[in-house]
Amino acid sequence: MSTVPSIASLAVGDVVAQADFALSRDSLVRYAGASGDFNPIHYRDDVAIGVGLPGVLAHGMLTMGLAVQPVVDWAGDPGRVLDYQVRFTRPVLVDASAVAVVSVTAKVGLVEAEARTARIDLTVTFGGETVLGKAQVRVSLAP
Amino acid sequence: MPVNPELQGRVFPPTPPYLVGREKIREFSRAVFASNPINLDPEAARAAGYADVVAPPTFAVVIQEATLVQLLAEPDAGIDFTRIVHGDQRFSYARPIVAGDELTATLTVASVKSLGGHSMVTAESNIVDAAGAHVVTATSTLVVRGDE
Repeated sequence: MSTVPSIASLAVGDVVAQADFALSRDSLVRYAGASGDFNPIHYRDDVAIGVGLPGVLAHGMLTMGLAVQPVVDWAGDPGRVLDYQVRFTRPVLVDASAVAVVSVTAKVGLVEAEARTARIDLTVTFGGETVLGKAQVRVSLAP
Repeated sequence: MPVNPELQGRVFPPTPPYLVGREKIREFSRAVFASNPINLDPEAARAAGYADVVAPPTFAVVIQEATLVQLLAEPDAGIDFTRIVHGDQRFSYARPIVAGDELTATLTVASVKSLGGHSMVTAESNIVDAAGAHVVTATSTLVVRGDE
């Protein structure tokens, strides 16, 4: 088992995890099947363009779902995530053949030593622009 | 058609029980790039003190989905699903979801607000286990665009 990070070792501003995720159109189809969200704007160019979008978009919930994974791996256990919230600010466009790279940086936003919890703030970008706002994960940690 | 402001405070009937399957958790985990063994391997999950594999933090959306279907189907809601943009999402856990859980969700419309021709509907789904104990609250804010 991985070691659970200690709350005492954390300082606000520490970067605890960083990762890039390459989304292909296949990733979107896979997420559609796993989640049950079959809105065709997430896999059909003609439908996406028909409703005025620039192209096929990743599910916001896929972006939210992957963005927390670096924090899960750092904390060592998905059960340590107590609360997770995001605001969807910009879409992630996914081309039919090229991959879209979503980058995640996870930084300590708040340390609550007595409760042994920390708020980890995520910066999630695509093409140099943030796609999630107020992306915050509250995790329980070791003393 | 604007969203009906009288929706605010409305509580919907509980959804039918959803039995969380091990393979569903593994499938969902792969789809959100979760690679933690506790998400995928029952042995690793048991070693960490869980009865079976643990769902990723956003898996609750699968159970919440049934409540959003109820909301959109409400005859007097006035919510045109082609005009919905997902604004915010939050999951607040009392405990993680584990394979074998039987979960039921109850939707409350926490608020309906108007903002510059658009409506903002905050839908709060309280998800409980077979014993009725709170597992997670999933909250979505849906922005419903007004007529252009």
